[in-house]
Amino acid sequence: MPLTVETSTSIPLVDAHEIALEPVARQEGPWSRAWAKFRRDRTAVGAGVLLIVIVVASLLAPLYASQIAHTDPFRSGLSARILINGKRVPVMQPSTQGLGLGVTPIGPTWGARYLLGADTQGRDVAARLLYGGRNTLLIAGAATFLCFVFAAILGIVAGFFGGIVDLVISRVLDILWAFPVFLLAISLSIVLISQALVIGPFTIGAGSLALPIVIIGLVYVPYVARPVRGQVLTLKNSEFVLAAIGLGIPRWRILLKDILPNVSTTLIVFIPLMMALNIMTESALSFLSVGVQPPDASWGTIILDGESLLYTRPAVSLAPGLAIVITVLALNLLGDGVRDALDPRSKLRPR
Amino acid sequence: MTDAAVLAARSQAESSAPPLLEARHLSKRYHFGKRLLPGSGKIVHAVDDVSLAVFPGETLGLVGESGCGKSTLGRCLTRLYEISEGELLFEGREIGHVGARQLKPYRRKVQMIFQDPSGSLNPRRRVADILAQPLRVHGIRPRAEIDDRLRELMDLVGLPPGYLDRYPHEFSGGQRQRIGIARALAMEPQLIVADEPVSALDVSVQAQIVNLFADLRDQLALTYVFIAHDLAVVRQVSTRIAVMYLGSIVELGSTDTVYGRPAHPYTEALLSAIPEPHARQQCERIVLQGDLPSPISPPPGCRFHTRCPFADDRCRTERPLLRPLDDGRSVACHYPRTEVSRTAGT
Repeated sequence: MPLTVETSTSIPLVDAHEIALEPVARQEGPWSRAWAKFRRDRTAVGAGVLLIVIVVASLLAPLYASQIAHTDPFRSGLSARILINGKRVPVMQPSTQGLGLGVTPIGPTWGARYLLGADTQGRDVAARLLYGGRNTLLIAGAATFLCFVFAAILGIVAGFFGGIVDLVISRVLDILWAFPVFLLAISLSIVLISQALVIGPFTIGAGSLALPIVIIGLVYVPYVARPVRGQVLTLKNSEFVLAAIGLGIPRWRILLKDILPNVSTTLIVFIPLMMALNIMTESALSFLSVGVQPPDASWGTIILDGESLLYTRPAVSLAPGLAIVITVLALNLLGDGVRDALDPRSKLRPR
Repeated sequence: MTDAAVLAARSQAESSAPPLLEARHLSKRYHFGKRLLPGSGKIVHAVDDVSLAVFPGETLGLVGESGCGKSTLGRCLTRLYEISEGELLFEGREIGHVGARQLKPYRRKVQMIFQDPSGSLNPRRRVADILAQPLRVHGIRPRAEIDDRLRELMDLVGLPPGYLDRYPHEFSGGQRQRIGIARALAMEPQLIVADEPVSALDVSVQAQIVNLFADLRDQLALTYVFIAHDLAVVRQVSTRIAVMYLGSIVELGSTDTVYGRPAHPYTEALLSAIPEPHARQQCERIVLQGDLPSPISPPPGCRFHTRCPFADDRCRTERPLLRPLDDGRSVACHYPRTEVSRTAGT
């Protein structure tokens, strides 16, 4: 019911000081509120802890190889022998099936050495798994960083300035979006095998980790830049930005103080999810031998190494496969938790 | 260039002073749809040839149904939107088409209050930060005095100064609207354009905010343009009323004249929709047929003829301009209700 003229006189109005104030207990900022909410989310915290364990384990790969496994995971150990239950056992065991020709690498030993068995070249799979994790996480992490730097700049610039700037950036992103990731990676690496790519002071050779980093990082820029642009567009038309324009606040200041802090949550929400996507892409590229080049390891290359042993020694492929699944799952769970904590009303869901 | 429409826009102003803010033939058009070729695509006439004058000390109520362009007009008046056509004069100076730098002094004098009190405050900034920013950017107060001024502003809008380090989400709707008002007041404006400032609030809170507006007007000698669709609220606060329909002003005059005897058939229908508190005063409600026509292709002639019970051939072809009547108000109608017999056409 609308107000009638008499309202102001007939209803005795309580002084604003008394009515308007329901006591508010704390005065926390949006960040501390999000942190408090995240801490209560057991799944997300568990996923975060698991990820920390995975990262630390991967970083400790050299320590494991030299101190525990006493092995060099990058040198073939075809003639090596290890001591199991007091017996010296060859790592490459003569085949007992069929004609008895050829050799099969040793399976999981449950000992310090060759915990997960050996691959076709007699190398310790457990140590390679940790080294591979290092590369996979490094590539995915660096690609994510690169991706977010470009995506944030392009998305915010396109959304905020609009017009012709937006048009050009959006079309470039569309082109990038249309690029087949694997085709791009395969063709680039084929070109680079014969000749290293020199861009200014940077030289990218065929075996360089920079290649998968740049490819993965750039190819996924539109995935992040588009939602960022969309959100900046929404924010630009929000009443608080209009209010800031009305207050005569300079544009760069509006961008810095009103737009950026509100976009940052979207960016943070995307980080774990993009990281998961990048890990899968990196593994796929390495599996297709266009990512990490031998003798270096990544989870993708180890799966490839284990391909021929799938029936006799499934652990070789299974171990990195499980590592990918667990890491990606943990990242997604963490991402869900971060989103719930930071952006509960957001409908943004990548992919 | 003071033509008939511009003069009609000044109707029934109490003060004889020159207008504080004056819009002359102001239009705002939006393009949308595909615009690959120049001239293709669709155009929305959100505000169509509006002339309006706001005099110092008055409260001009701007009413009309949803989508009639009153918010867009308000945002054009505060230069939040670019003006497609026409002039905007503040204290006689043209400010409708000047760049950001020349606009800066105008920004200080004209402020806007928004409808959605939660949407108009950045959720990531503390109240103190929100209020202090205009003070710093415009150098309104020296740095040392900013804290005192913030306390003063909070006091002015009836909030305890202790709430300055809180974030907007910690306040209720009415309190947020008070912060919005404080932010506008930080600029020490002469004119405040309030865009539906109470429609998002509870009725009890509405009354408080309306009273706050009245108190501030008396205390700070403010001039308001008060946009609302709630006719009762507008009647309570306004000295003059402008009624909008489909982007144009159809009737303009003092509150008593317009509410007492509406001259435009649209105003008449609009006012008949106000629920009366006393049954004996209940007059017949005029229910308009049809919906608001699309502002993409507005009807020719009088914009209202598609829903007007009194429309004839002249209304369908010739567009009525805002013209003054004998009793001082202005109306955009060929057959104002005060001039023809009230039974005609029914």
